[in-house]
Amino acid sequence: MQEVKIAVLGNYATQFTCKSIEKAFKKKGCKAILYNAEFNAIDFEIIDENSGLYKFEPSYLLWHESTLGLRDLFYQTSVNDRSCFAKNYIEKIETYIGRIRQILPNTVILFPNHGLIFNDNIFGNFAAKVDSSWFFQVVKLNALVNEVSVRNDSFYVFDSVNQELYGRHTDYSQVVNAELHFTPPYLDWLAESIAKFVLTISGKFKKCVILDLDNTLWGGIIGDDGLEGIQIGSLGIGKAFTRFQKWLKELKNRGVVLAVCSKNNLEVAQQPFRSHSDMILSLDDIAVFIANWDSKADNINTIREILNIGFDSMVFLDDNPAERDIVRKHLPDVEVPEMPEDPAEYVPFLIAQNIFETSSYSTNDSERTQQYQIEAQRVEMSKSITDMSVFLTSLNMRAEVRSFRKEDVDRVAQLTQRSNQFNLRTIRYTSSEINSMIENKEYCTFCVEVNDKFGSYGLISVGIIKLLGGGVAFIDTWIMSCRVLKRTVEHYLMNTIVGYLKEKKIEKLEGEYLSTIKNSLVENLLDELGMEKTNEDKYELYLDKHVKLKTYINL
Amino acid sequence: MIEVKDLIPVFADVLENENIILELSTTADHVEGWDSLNHIYLVVGIEKKFKVKFTTQEIQSWKNVGDIINNLNRKTGAL
Repeated sequence: MQEVKIAVLGNYATQFTCKSIEKAFKKKGCKAILYNAEFNAIDFEIIDENSGLYKFEPSYLLWHESTLGLRDLFYQTSVNDRSCFAKNYIEKIETYIGRIRQILPNTVILFPNHGLIFNDNIFGNFAAKVDSSWFFQVVKLNALVNEVSVRNDSFYVFDSVNQELYGRHTDYSQVVNAELHFTPPYLDWLAESIAKFVLTISGKFKKCVILDLDNTLWGGIIGDDGLEGIQIGSLGIGKAFTRFQKWLKELKNRGVVLAVCSKNNLEVAQQPFRSHSDMILSLDDIAVFIANWDSKADNINTIREILNIGFDSMVFLDDNPAERDIVRKHLPDVEVPEMPEDPAEYVPFLIAQNIFETSSYSTNDSERTQQYQIEAQRVEMSKSITDMSVFLTSLNMRAEVRSFRKEDVDRVAQLTQRSNQFNLRTIRYTSSEINSMIENKEYCTFCVEVNDKFGSYGLISVGIIKLLGGGVAFIDTWIMSCRVLKRTVEHYLMNTIVGYLKEKKIEKLEGEYLSTIKNSLVENLLDELGMEKTNEDKYELYLDKHVKLKTYINL
Repeated sequence: MIEVKDLIPVFADVLENENIILELSTTADHVEGWDSLNHIYLVVGIEKKFKVKFTTQEIQSWKNVGDIINNLNRKTGAL
């Protein structure tokens, strides 16, 4: 069972928070090992280098300040200083982040924001005109804390508002009796969102939404009602579906891949996408479009093969409970939300589920759909050519290999977090860890961009070599996007790495395969790269014995 | 009229003890696992089960299980 070390600091009684976190991780099949600091010991734990926090060396730090406690602090501030309250508070937070970084450079900090604010009504609605009012300062503080998050890679601000529990997040009797500032149901919810986020960082998140069409993307049945009869835009309850499509389009722009799986004739199913003027989604937005009369479970499997992702990263949205049931039964790893009956509720329902948690974003993401579509064209072409080497030559592939630059950091970190299959050791890195490798002389870093005559694949492969001293180097990380499988990119990168290391007077390269449920694809990678197995999963290669590997990629 | 036996399911659930024995005179000291942390869960559980909301003073005034029962019966109008 995966174990995660989490420390909890708070300005209220956090025992319940710890219990909720334990429960939430257990639900997801992980074990949370917790360090619960004393009540109200945030300053001490962070400042003192011998504190329990630092001895514990957590992977995650939940830094949870209740807004109620913050307001007490505000009331203790002299009236003259109140207009600087948010600014001063933020300065303190940033100083503390720096302090934590010094001692625990790799700990990820999770900071629930002060979203549960409420006007204390000392100034009523006039508060917005008074910069020394509580309401003015706490709203400002929330905006500033987001900026802190932008400046500090591993400091994450959490949304603290749960719509369903709104108004029930605090029981004032418990505040007085036990310094418990949040109700157990609220803490359960917060803990679950933390667990989801932590698993997201370690690579478990949703990459693809599979959509049904009739009564999911539009009202009515295209096969029966025809192009003019389906409800989208101004017709009937079409507005509900328009809003749903807009939300899906936003998701797609963020980098979540959209696929269609519908029981229909392909031509009929695509008709609205081609010719209905009120449709928000177009065929360009859909990476894989499947419409036939086969079982949806089989079709989802086909989509999975084309996209090369795991079932557990797919979400299936269908208005039909019977179809949902079949998919759940056959593909238990696919997430199948119980869609509300009323299409007007689709978007608020999905928002409340927060299914698409992510721990990274790069502009590369928004091009993903296009890349999958290009991939589908390549698949078509490779079908028509039987000789692989003719095909590879005809692709006219070119590559650029370079050490990590500042602008590569986010994408590289993302690859370490996302890739499960072509990933030799599955070590996850945050952006700040990747960033620190750029300057570190112990690391030689490589990232590869590839393009061919169809278009660019972007940055698709990463190698991190650690110099161990004594002329020995070690393959810490080798990752490749499955989009470029069988393109000899790995051969190309190996040739480059060996050449580079030889210049650095390295004599021996060591490697290791760390097996996971998902990475059997690279079980034999090191053998294929010409390295010699020394035992079980360990490999070595004396660089003077390296034979240049065949590759179809040109500089 | 709420009796001790009506409270047992809540206690058994929170304290994870199916065979828990409670009497009117039982106090937290007598029951394994009834610490300040579980006390809060008990309050939450009782409030939920009997659909009542205790005030801060009420909770602080309890000395034993009998006090909780009396308080509940006052709230629900049985006393």
